[in-house]
Amino acid sequence: MNFKLKDIVPQLITVIAVVLVFGFFTYNAQINMENRGIDFGYGFLSQESSFDVQFSLIEYDGSHSYFRAYLVGLLNTILVSVIGIIIATILGVIVGIARLSPNYLINKFAAFYVEFFRNIPLLLQIFFWYFAALRALPLPQDAEAMFGVFFLTIKGLYVPAFIWQNFNIFFYSIIAAIIAIIVIRAHAKKVQENQGKQIPVFLISIGLIFILPLLSFLIGGVRLSFEVPVLKQLATTSFIYEGGVSLPPELIALTLSLSLYTATFIAECVRAGIQGVGKGQKEAAASIGLTPNQVLKLVIMPQALRIIIPPTTNQYLNLTKNSSLAAAIAYPDLVLVFAGTALMQTGKAIEIVSITMFTYLTLSISISILMNWYNKKIAIQEK
Amino acid sequence: MFNINFLKPDRSNLNTFLYLGSFLFFISILDVFLNSFFKLNLTGFLPNFLSFLLPLVLGFVGLYFIRIEYSGIKNLDLLNKHINTNNFNAVLSLLIIFIIIKSMPPILSWFVIDASFAGDTKDVCTGSGACWTYIKVWMRRFMYGMYPNAEQWRINLSFVALVLLGSVGYFATDKFKKYLTLYYVVIYPLIAFLFIFFFISGGPVFFDFSYGIIAAILSIIIGFFIPSKFKFYYFLIVPLALYVILKYFLFFEEYIELGKLDGLNWVETGAWGGLSLTFIISFFCLIFCFPIGMAFALGRRSEFPLIRYISVGFIEFWRGVPLITVLFMSAVMFPMFLPEDFFIDKLVRAIIAISLFEAAYVAEVIRGGLQALPRGQYEAAKSLGMGYWKMHIFVILPQALKLVIPGIANTFLALVKDTPLIFVVGLLEIVGMLNLAKTNPKWLGFAMEGYVFAAIIFWIICYAMSKYSYNLEQKYKTDR
Repeated sequence: MNFKLKDIVPQLITVIAVVLVFGFFTYNAQINMENRGIDFGYGFLSQESSFDVQFSLIEYDGSHSYFRAYLVGLLNTILVSVIGIIIATILGVIVGIARLSPNYLINKFAAFYVEFFRNIPLLLQIFFWYFAALRALPLPQDAEAMFGVFFLTIKGLYVPAFIWQNFNIFFYSIIAAIIAIIVIRAHAKKVQENQGKQIPVFLISIGLIFILPLLSFLIGGVRLSFEVPVLKQLATTSFIYEGGVSLPPELIALTLSLSLYTATFIAECVRAGIQGVGKGQKEAAASIGLTPNQVLKLVIMPQALRIIIPPTTNQYLNLTKNSSLAAAIAYPDLVLVFAGTALMQTGKAIEIVSITMFTYLTLSISISILMNWYNKKIAIQEK
Repeated sequence: MFNINFLKPDRSNLNTFLYLGSFLFFISILDVFLNSFFKLNLTGFLPNFLSFLLPLVLGFVGLYFIRIEYSGIKNLDLLNKHINTNNFNAVLSLLIIFIIIKSMPPILSWFVIDASFAGDTKDVCTGSGACWTYIKVWMRRFMYGMYPNAEQWRINLSFVALVLLGSVGYFATDKFKKYLTLYYVVIYPLIAFLFIFFFISGGPVFFDFSYGIIAAILSIIIGFFIPSKFKFYYFLIVPLALYVILKYFLFFEEYIELGKLDGLNWVETGAWGGLSLTFIISFFCLIFCFPIGMAFALGRRSEFPLIRYISVGFIEFWRGVPLITVLFMSAVMFPMFLPEDFFIDKLVRAIIAISLFEAAYVAEVIRGGLQALPRGQYEAAKSLGMGYWKMHIFVILPQALKLVIPGIANTFLALVKDTPLIFVVGLLEIVGMLNLAKTNPKWLGFAMEGYVFAAIIFWIICYAMSKYSYNLEQKYKTDR
């Protein structure tokens, strides 16, 4: 009996403390809201929002609901995170490998990059790119074309837009190519395990991913044309580019700083992962006659990935959460659109902040579930 | 079979190739150097495209010529080993050398040569370089925010006093250090917190507490001369006694009036700012987040399910949301949760929010350390008859914390780098002050200088911290 009491008492005290604190907060919140005449509820989400957002992926204006404004912000957050994650991964892997290069200059250059960008606050970097570096760009009328079609101006980056005909056929052809590649890889693995023959999977894959979409152009009636941005004069001194796709400078500054910053951490993860693979593994692989490429692909990388994935997942999560700094330079992400403008208009502090936090929690948890699944897939299968 | 050997150096014709190769290499670097520093184009007679690529080609051929497995010449072998192992590396090395040479002149001229230092108005900044005058004029604002100029000695003094208080451990003897832990965990944060807050904000509240500070400092100084046998009891009694003596017998309000010390003006936290605020926030969050994080790390590994679930919930919640929304919460949502007449200063609210946020990260780091300890340590401690707290304080935590020094240092670095985010609650530390100064109509157009200045400061702080943590890690590294 005595033994049981010892188990229960600390738990009971903790739970009572937590419940008391929460109860206290809720009680106060109720009283405060009553006094100020605010009622609690999520009904405002379907009301007309009556504010505009500069940049959105879906159709949106003031006549749409608050929920749609929320979606606009969420999609913008996801856009920045996805672009940032892709660039940061590519850059991080390159720098991480460069950190291990036997070449002294490359090694030091990569180390300099990592130490430099890692030790400066992200917010400062975002401000630097947005307020200092991108402001030095030319006005639209003075901009010189890069490769004849890109225009990098102070008002953003203008790129040509793709105009597709029968886009769905093209899309299906790519999906077909991907499925075919997966099937062929599985088949090749089987053949290798059973008969010891190697099928040039890589060449076949490259062929497939080019040939099938090409066929869709020739047979399926897919047409692609480009719409190049053209300079247009609005007033005597005001110019703008029309046509094409325009990426706002906020987006550029944000993705640039997020990926440059996060890449340094990913680079360190990659370096630690590759260093974590024993030297004996490389030597053993070389001694059974594998080429350096094969050593990297078949022996080092599969083992290094196991070390690299978990900390890199954390970096992806950090990047996604850091994308909320967008609010500081007025890129219309979730925090700015919803926790900023919408909160100002409705005054529903508790509801809006809780929705925002819940959204980020969901994003973080879904990324970590995805990466955990991948991590399990490549982990050592102990029998 | 015969080898085509006329392009490949070997021992027999080493000298020819060496001279030819180093000559070409030298020419290519000289070309880029003259081009970037003196705007001279040696190869201007060639078509544009060729003239652009020529140094690269020349350098590549030069490096190719001098690449040899072993020559016996020390410098050459070093060069080959480090930057010239194969064609690919040679090209990359050349590119990096060229980039460095090319980027030197613009950076130098912007930073130093064309920059303006003198004067104190915008008019002196006419050159194409940086305008460091701007930094010079705004220096006080960048350091102290809107804090009144005449009162800034209070901030300086507080920092000096804090450093002195904090460095007690450095001078203490080994025997004394045991008791210092108590001081660092319990007394020091309290003293530091009240000291900074009441001294920097000023006002009469400070003097109620200043006796405590004086008592603490005096007792610590005297404490050095007390034999270690009595030290524990000494620190139990003397500080309190001193406090009582000072408050009720020695200092009277009249003395304060005489010394004009009561003239400390109240400076509200909204006026605090600049780099000093960065330090204040990082310092307190650092002090507070550590014990909270430790508690939740232990909670997460507790054998009581309810405590474990609560800890997991706490940790995962804070780790899943961005700091900016946490600060939003502290600014707009938190006041709703408090009784109506109960007001917490926004700086304190921000510090609470950041501390809780970072505590979750610290908890995860410490949990890593706890998990890394072999079970034998727990079992050995238990078999000696130690209870939960004794086991953790004397056996488990010292080892676990030693293991996670790099992780904790990284968390603290992240904390320092996160402080600029307090712009959300309307507090302006150095980055916020820069944004404010940038919009001043008298000083438009110097955003770049400001950000570069802040970047340098942050870089120095963060780099020093990471180096210090590396040293700490090396110092406490034990073979297990």
